[in-house]
Amino acid sequence: MSADVVIVGGGIQGLSTAVHLGHRGVRTLVIEKDYCGRHASGVNAGGVLRAGRYPEELPISHAALEIWSGAQSIVDDDCGFRPIGRLKIAESDDEMAHLAECAAFVRRLGYDHECLLDRGELRELEPGVGAHAVGALLVPGDGHANPFRTVAAYRRKARSLGSEVREGTRVLGARRVGGTWRIDTDGGAVEAPVLVNTAGAWGDRIAAAIGDPVPLEAVAPMLMVTGRMPTVMRTRIGAVDRVLSIVQIPNGTVVIGGGYQGHADRDTNATTLDYAKLAFNARIAATMFPALREARIVRCWAGIEGHTPDGRPVIGPSASEEGAFHAFGFCSHGFHLGPAIGRILAELVTSGRSNLPIEPFRVDRFAQRG
Amino acid sequence: MRAAIAARRHGADVLVLDERAAPGGQIWRDVETPAFGDARTLGDDYAHGASLVAEFRSCGAQYRPGTLVWDVSRDRVLRIAGDPGAHSVEATRIVVASGAIERPFPVPGWTLPGVVAAGGAQALLKSAALVPAGPVVLAGTGALLLLLAWQYLRLGVPLAAVLETTPRGSAWRSAARLPGALAAGGYVVKGLRMLHAIRSAGVMHLRGVQALRALGERRLERVEYRAQGRDAAIDAQLLLLHQGVVPDVNLTMALGCAHDWDAGQLCLRPRTDAWGNTDIEGVALAGDGAGIAGAACAGLAGELSGLEAAHRLGRIGRAERDRLAAAPRAALARSLRVRPFLEALHRPRDDDRVPRGDDVIVCRCEEVRAGTVRAEIARGAADPNAIKSRTRCGMGPCQGRYCGLTVTEMIAAARGMAQDAVGYFRIRPPIKPIPLADLLALDRGEAPPEVALPGTRAQAPVQR
Amino acid sequence: MFVRHATAAAAATLTIIVDGREVQVPAGVSVAAALLGAGAVVLGAAPVSGRPRGPWCLMGTCFGCLVEIDGVPDERACAVTVRDAMRIVLTPAAAAPAPACDPWGPGA
Repeated sequence: MSADVVIVGGGIQGLSTAVHLGHRGVRTLVIEKDYCGRHASGVNAGGVLRAGRYPEELPISHAALEIWSGAQSIVDDDCGFRPIGRLKIAESDDEMAHLAECAAFVRRLGYDHECLLDRGELRELEPGVGAHAVGALLVPGDGHANPFRTVAAYRRKARSLGSEVREGTRVLGARRVGGTWRIDTDGGAVEAPVLVNTAGAWGDRIAAAIGDPVPLEAVAPMLMVTGRMPTVMRTRIGAVDRVLSIVQIPNGTVVIGGGYQGHADRDTNATTLDYAKLAFNARIAATMFPALREARIVRCWAGIEGHTPDGRPVIGPSASEEGAFHAFGFCSHGFHLGPAIGRILAELVTSGRSNLPIEPFRVDRFAQRG
Repeated sequence: MRAAIAARRHGADVLVLDERAAPGGQIWRDVETPAFGDARTLGDDYAHGASLVAEFRSCGAQYRPGTLVWDVSRDRVLRIAGDPGAHSVEATRIVVASGAIERPFPVPGWTLPGVVAAGGAQALLKSAALVPAGPVVLAGTGALLLLLAWQYLRLGVPLAAVLETTPRGSAWRSAARLPGALAAGGYVVKGLRMLHAIRSAGVMHLRGVQALRALGERRLERVEYRAQGRDAAIDAQLLLLHQGVVPDVNLTMALGCAHDWDAGQLCLRPRTDAWGNTDIEGVALAGDGAGIAGAACAGLAGELSGLEAAHRLGRIGRAERDRLAAAPRAALARSLRVRPFLEALHRPRDDDRVPRGDDVIVCRCEEVRAGTVRAEIARGAADPNAIKSRTRCGMGPCQGRYCGLTVTEMIAAARGMAQDAVGYFRIRPPIKPIPLADLLALDRGEAPPEVALPGTRAQAPVQR
Repeated sequence: MFVRHATAAAAATLTIIVDGREVQVPAGVSVAAALLGAGAVVLGAAPVSGRPRGPWCLMGTCFGCLVEIDGVPDERACAVTVRDAMRIVLTPAAAAPAPACDPWGPGA
């Protein structure tokens, strides 16, 4: 056997799984076709966000935040996590009313992590916000982490716990023979009793090899970063009805995005940018924080992400084979969840159960739809 | 300029986009308005640029100075900044002639005020008639270093020293390639004349200089080095460093052109055919941006790319193109014969390209030191982009122009890999930072189809 | 560090304001050339360490000569031509935590 568990995909999902399995004394082999952090986990906007999720994700999301806060003791690195808080800014009374409803709904579910700010309170927190902003929903404790640093930390910790990480190695196929998975790669075959699929935007291909068809679309969410600027904002910024994400990171640069899509080619890793959308994105950002009009854009890019038809990830055991587990298709909001996903998968692998509810994320839910 | 002139001669509709304010590039910078009044003050090669610029001005090409091309897409849409009237241009055919930049020279103290690239000092000379205010040290290797020294001497500027890092024996090793060099004409003679001027002016001129370091508290105060087995130092307030120029590959990288490592030039160059065509339909390169060959070759390559453009646009047939190309192609071949000799003569030392000390700054913009880069390589990073993500090396406004080659070579040296296998930073647009306003100008005013993630009204969890 | 050569072509003179101080410079040159010709050594502070920083490439590619021009920060001094009454700030307003650097250098 090459390992007790083979993990396909060396992003945050796969590496956090390797760390949590390592803590349980399980030997893992992580196979990554490029280098860890090459894709979504390493090039995203760094959002550590409980808010703005489907309600089914909230338990995982809250568990993840605890792990982020304790990252130093889990992976010997704080991953650059800064709980600077997250604002969803309302630009009209109607949007403000909607935010109030959202906050109330979430409170009824038993979470008290969101609070409303009126016009004055918003300006006290963010003096640079545009004059038209009416108020905001604040999630204190949410914030920002450094994506590549996080991946590097999880990789390092996994290896220190005995995991082997094989980069530049592509999985070509997988078959279950007897009680063993035989996985073909372009660097030779490997075998293990358990296979974990954390292959991100390529997760459907691994899932198909396992026998679990999943309709996954590869998308290319675009981001841009400015040069260093004086302080423009202190929290992570989002909007209500508009697609927007802005954060100013400790070195003074501002990362602008939110989810406008370019185009991705999964086979060449190439992404192309859509400037009309980027320009629209930039305009909204500059409306929200007028000081951004003075910004210089230093770089635009797009990662490759996997989106499912219902916007929720695939998490859980294979529906067709023993000894296989999935965690992929995070629809551009998987970075924050990653640390908790690894623990869920480690529990599934070692005990067959997960302490957090994952039924809504079953891999075979797409076939069940009419 | 030559590409435009050649294409115009056959009736092509030509638009030239120039980041600078006037034609001439770097070699003939400001030659229309010479800072010394008479361009010949800086030598005949510089002065001759004036007639080419005049020919370009009258060839009928549209010329837009002060215009930065910050992105080119594979379908040949150029995004531009600096022109108040236009923000993008569509082209049937593109010739990129972005030229070269100084090779990085990562020695201790190279980021101190008072340490300037020799090419930069030459730019000040051409554009503003600025010369060193006091004794100046020139250090490194390359024809530009000697040319600048010669230009300063003619202007009566005192030179404290010319410290060539070229190994002392290299002249002999290069002699093995000499027959080709002699056939290429006056390069060698010119070089010897400059050396003679330096020697007869009594300027200290050393070869085989190693362990260059620039020292000072808040500005340069002293230059230390080792030569002929002895450590030495010179008090100086201005040190001009140069170890060759390399193609500025950021635009060709962002476009997705294939690049190869050139072992003679020790840099990456975009892959082109004999007409300058890249592997991207309709995009060609000419000049030092495609590989370092000097001004004469750049002009000839420009002419060939202009003829190719005229042909691809249907203005001249293939046979006509080949007939017209015969003379410039022959001249180009002759001029290229000296390159191996010059590359060997002016090969930058390994230690001057891959810094040994941990304290040397590799990335000027983000002040990332060699030790930091090496630590990441030791932790397993074998891809320059992993180094970049982890250390910020290459994330600053110069976008890797002055650290990219250093990082690639550091990984290659540490891991025993070929530079081609190591690769380079992934370069994305804009290829120089642009004001937000230039991006806003591409907004078509239509809201994109994307809807906000869960939590907004579109998919709110609330029962309304 | 640099000085305009005695045989330079005659040029009109402009007045620019550098850190509040009026400086006479030749017309038609870049801001970097004007500052260097007037005796400047340091053009600003490096963004990470705050240490004094001077120009390197002087051809618009290294972004080491960044100064504030007429209120716009982070302009490449080597890429902008001087204009009469241009206001230039060398020491960044959002000061990096570095000792104040005298842009004119010792003994200038």
